[in-house]
Order: sequence, then C-alpha cells, then structure tokens
Amino acid sequence: MQSQDRRVDPAGIVVAALLAVLAGLIFYDMTTLTITQTYGVGPKAMPIVVATGLILLAIGNLVLAFRDGFPEREQPAHLPIVLILGGLIAVIALIGIGGGFILAMTILFAATAAAFGRRAILVDLAIGFALGLGTYLMFSKLLSLSLPAGPLERLLGG
Amino acid sequence: MDPIAALGQGLVVALQPMNLLYALIGVLLGTAVGVLPGIGPALTVALLLPVTFKLDPAGSLIMFAGIYYGGMYGGSTTAILINTPGESASLATALEGNKMAKAGRGGPALATAAIGSFVAGTIATVGIVFLAPWLVEVAIKFGPEDYFALMCVAFITVSATFGSSPIRGLTSLFVGLALGLVGIDKLTGQSRLHFGVPELLDGVEITTLAVGLFAVGEALYVASRRHLIQEKIEPVRGSLWMTAQDWARSWKPWLRGTLFGFPIGALPAGGAEIPTFLSYSTERRLTKYPQEFGHGAIEGVAGPEAANNASAAGTLVPLLTLGLPTSATAAMMLAGFQQYGLNPGPLLFAERPDLVWGLIASLFIANAMLLILNLPLVGLWVRLLSIPQPWLYAGILVFATMGTIAAKPSVVELIMLAVFGVMGYLMRRYDYPIAPVVIGLILGPVAEQQLRRALAISLGDPLVLVQSPMSATLLAIAFAALVAPFVMRGLGKFKSDTD
Repeated sequence: MQSQDRRVDPAGIVVAALLAVLAGLIFYDMTTLTITQTYGVGPKAMPIVVATGLILLAIGNLVLAFRDGFPEREQPAHLPIVLILGGLIAVIALIGIGGGFILAMTILFAATAAAFGRRAILVDLAIGFALGLGTYLMFSKLLSLSLPAGPLERLLGG
Repeated sequence: MDPIAALGQGLVVALQPMNLLYALIGVLLGTAVGVLPGIGPALTVALLLPVTFKLDPAGSLIMFAGIYYGGMYGGSTTAILINTPGESASLATALEGNKMAKAGRGGPALATAAIGSFVAGTIATVGIVFLAPWLVEVAIKFGPEDYFALMCVAFITVSATFGSSPIRGLTSLFVGLALGLVGIDKLTGQSRLHFGVPELLDGVEITTLAVGLFAVGEALYVASRRHLIQEKIEPVRGSLWMTAQDWARSWKPWLRGTLFGFPIGALPAGGAEIPTFLSYSTERRLTKYPQEFGHGAIEGVAGPEAANNASAAGTLVPLLTLGLPTSATAAMMLAGFQQYGLNPGPLLFAERPDLVWGLIASLFIANAMLLILNLPLVGLWVRLLSIPQPWLYAGILVFATMGTIAAKPSVVELIMLAVFGVMGYLMRRYDYPIAPVVIGLILGPVAEQQLRRALAISLGDPLVLVQSPMSATLLAIAFAALVAPFVMRGLGKFKSDTD
C-alpha cells in the first residue's frame, strides 16, 4: 500500500468547496426566515438538515480527492462544448429580446450539429428552421400552448 | 377490493379507444427513445409533462407507463446491435448480446430479448395486481412519521445503488434536496432561496432540471468525447427466429430473471442494475454451455433482459401504493401524477380506482403491443440508429428547449436549463450519478411535509419518529444501509492490509 502514489485531485477540492458554499447559502437564507410554526418544526428545520448534510459531504468529497477517489478522465474536446453552450446562450439572448422561437431553434440546431462535427452549416440551418417551424405550428395550432413569439411567429398569426 | 374484479374494471378503462391510442403512442415513443442513444424514458416523460398538462390524466399516465416499458424493450436493441447500452439496465445485455450480433446471431438475440421482456413484463404485471392491493392495506395504517421514515430508506438506498460510491450518490441526492428547498414554504407562506427572482417562488421546475441534466448534460458529454469513441452498428444477419435449441436455452433464464427483477424492483432499493447483473452471473453459473459465455451465450441475453423488464414493473409497486419513486423514470411519472393534483398511495386506490387499475391493466396491453412492435418490426427500429449523430443530438436539444419553455415561458427557465446542463456534464465527467438529484428534488419537499406533519401531531416531540414500530424499523434499515458500505469497505481494507 505504501508504494501507491497518492496524488490530490483538484476537481475533488472544487466540488468540496462548491458544496460548502451551497451549504453556506442555505444556512444564510434560513436565518432570514422569521415566521415559525406553533407546533413541531418550522420551515427552518429542513434547510438546517440539508446544509449540515452538505457540509459533511464536502468533507467526504475532500477525503475522496485526497485518496484517489476520483475517476481517471480523458482530455475532453473544448470546441464542441463552446459551440453547444454558445447555441444555448444565443437562444436565451434571442428569446430575451423577442426574436422568437423559430429563429432561436434554427441557431441551436445548427450550433449543436456543428459541435458534433457537421460542416454543412447552411443545410443544418435550413433543417433547424423547418424543425422550429414545425414544432411551433404543432404547439400553437394543435395543442394551443404558447411558445415565445417574434416577428416570424406574428407573421404566422400565432 | 378483490384484485381480479378490480383488474376487470381496469381493463374496461384501458380498452377504451382513446386509452388504447395513448398506450400505442407511449410504446412507440418508448421504443424509439430506448433505441436512440442519448435519450431515455425519463427524459421523454419530462419533455411530455408540459405537453400533457391539458390532457386526460388517465390517458397521459397510460402513455407514460407505455414509454417506461417501451424504453426497456428499445434499450436492448441498442445494447445488442451497437454495444453502447443506452442505460445501465442494459449493460448486462450488451455483454453477450453484442457478441451474438457479431457472430451473426443478432436475430435470435433480439428475439430472446423481446420475448423474454414480454414474459417477464407480463408475469411482473400479474405480480403488481396481487402485491399492490396487499401493500395498500399495509400502507393505509401508515402515519406521517412512517412515510417520512420510508422516504429516508428510499433516499439512502437510491444514493447507494446508483453511484459508484455512497458519498457520490449522497452528494447528488443532497444537491437535489437543496434544489427542493427553493420556493414558497407551503405551511408558512415564506419563500426560501429565491434570491429576489420571482420565477423561483414556485420552486425549481422538475422538467427544467430533468431536461437540463439528462438532455443538455448528455449532449455536452457525448460531444466532448466524440473523438475518443467509434461506434459500429452490427447489421442483423440471418434469421430473426429462434431455433428450438434457443427456446430450450431461453425459457428458464426468462423465469429466473423475472424472479430476480420483480422483488428487487418492488423493494424501495430500486435500480435495475443489481437484478440484471445477478441474473447474468446466475445464468453463467448454471449454463450447460460455459464455454460460450463471453462469446455470445443466449442465456446471458435472455436472463438480464427479463430481469430488466420485471424490475421496471416492480418499481411501479412502491410508486402506485406509496408514492415512492425508486428510479428516474418512476420519479418523472410521480411528477406526472402531481401535475394533475393526484397523489399515488392508498387514497388514490380508494378514490380513483378507475385510474389506478386502468393504468395497471394497460400494462398488459402495452406489453402485448411491444412484443409485436419489437419482433416483426425490429428492422424499422434498427433504421433509427442510422440517423446521423449530429442531427440526432441537435434535434434532442431543440425538443429539450421546447419542453422547458413550454413548461414555463421565461428566459430565467432557459438560463436554468443551461446551468443544469453544465451541471449534468460535470456530474458525468466526475462520475456523480444523475438520478438521485431528480429524486431529491421531487421527494425532498414531500419528505419535509411528512416530517413536519408528524412533529406537529406529536406537538413537537421528536420521539414520535421511533415510537411507531414501522417507522423505527424503517429508520434502522436506512441507517444500516447508510453505514454498511463504509463498514464493509473498512473491513475489506483491514483484510487487504493484513494479507
């Protein structure tokens, strides 16, 4: 056992730190609650239990980090992650400014397809547009559920 | 009520044309998502929650159950033909199934998986019919403290069975519990953890969390590792039909797999991994052809597939009788009940027998439909696997975003989707299980409510938790399940040190 090389995994330390921060947040939020229940335990009990558990688990994860408790990992490709998250951020921004559902889906589809190695961006934009249009029509006409509307959607009378 | 009579009434509900249609849609969708990598039954139910909000509860729940069963059938096709099991329940099937496909016996492998699933699913559904009313009789005497204790058992066993280590599982569970705290406290009207964001007052949407973790997280994970893996689809060569010898070698593993799957699924221990691997190792030990194991033995497909389907049926028992989900899909089904204001449990059996028994009866119908869909039509499903991966994941993300925004049309919801997506990616990368987060979010608030109700009835005396014999036993089980892995590891270490 002594010969085993014990390296510390930084990921484990980050996880432990995040759990501790989350516990702190819950604990702080709990102190702002003022009304309590007459009988039994009030709304503060569960936050205390959860925060305590998170602190214990932060310690547990720290132990894992120091004991080779984390799995071996390969180096991930970064570009696909950037593309997918970029697509999602574009969706949030577009819908936030009222650009509409269909355009947002067009961009998300093309960005994700590119993340998975597709290079035919125009074809993918067209498919994304068709898919967005199809789901929008199905939702608004068939199920009468509302999806965020923009100029294009208003043109369709949705 | 007499279970047979109740089932008869349920059949009348399940055989209504609309409900048959819902069941058919469910099994079609379920098989499709089971076959497709990157999308599973839990995610599908999550996406459908907002869409089905306005539909008839019985119909939607029948559809969700069809998706659950269908996912189990479809998963085996992928495991056998491309050796990348869509979910951990199909891991054992892939071991022998993919070897059979490589040896040109993909047809019989698919056939034994489908027929075994049908046999197991049907027997296990009969199990539900007789076990559920009995459990309801027991559950009717449960006080809030007993329910709280039961949920503690579920929390611990779910975290322990899903993760590679209990600390990882518990970490996931507590993150879920923390998310469950967000929003207005139903008993005092005060809001917790909303940080001034009005959208958070209603709490974290289950759809947003599930879709973020399952769909966005999975897409990010697969995209980031695409350069590392080569997938190869094995064509189905030769006859689809099983030979007389295949039948002779399959029927016992089917029955044994069912015997492993149903009880383990019905216990609040959850998870299909344990029964499938138990079945695999048992078949390996009992087989007359040990030399074939590792090279494509049909017993190694028949047993685990039966166990896998039987355990899916088993998880419906605690879900329907106690409101206790022990798998991610069961948790999403509970969310489905909740969206109609229905709470599974003894009361639901008394108040809405038509709905509960209609659902149970529809499981028989779903199974029969799935056998037909998966045997003669298996070629159709295999063709789904040829959808180019970029379009598949791009489509999944489009539907994921649509489901989220349909549940709650707000930019805040989309931001949360992205954040949960990154969380799901990191959890996969660092090997934290996903399902306990979802179960924590859904079950956490229910557990809190039961605890506070119990303590309010006892005027704040915490001893009420150990005074009921049921609750005391359950809490002891939960404690044992929590401590056992650590003690066992300690003993193991002690042994290896003395060697």
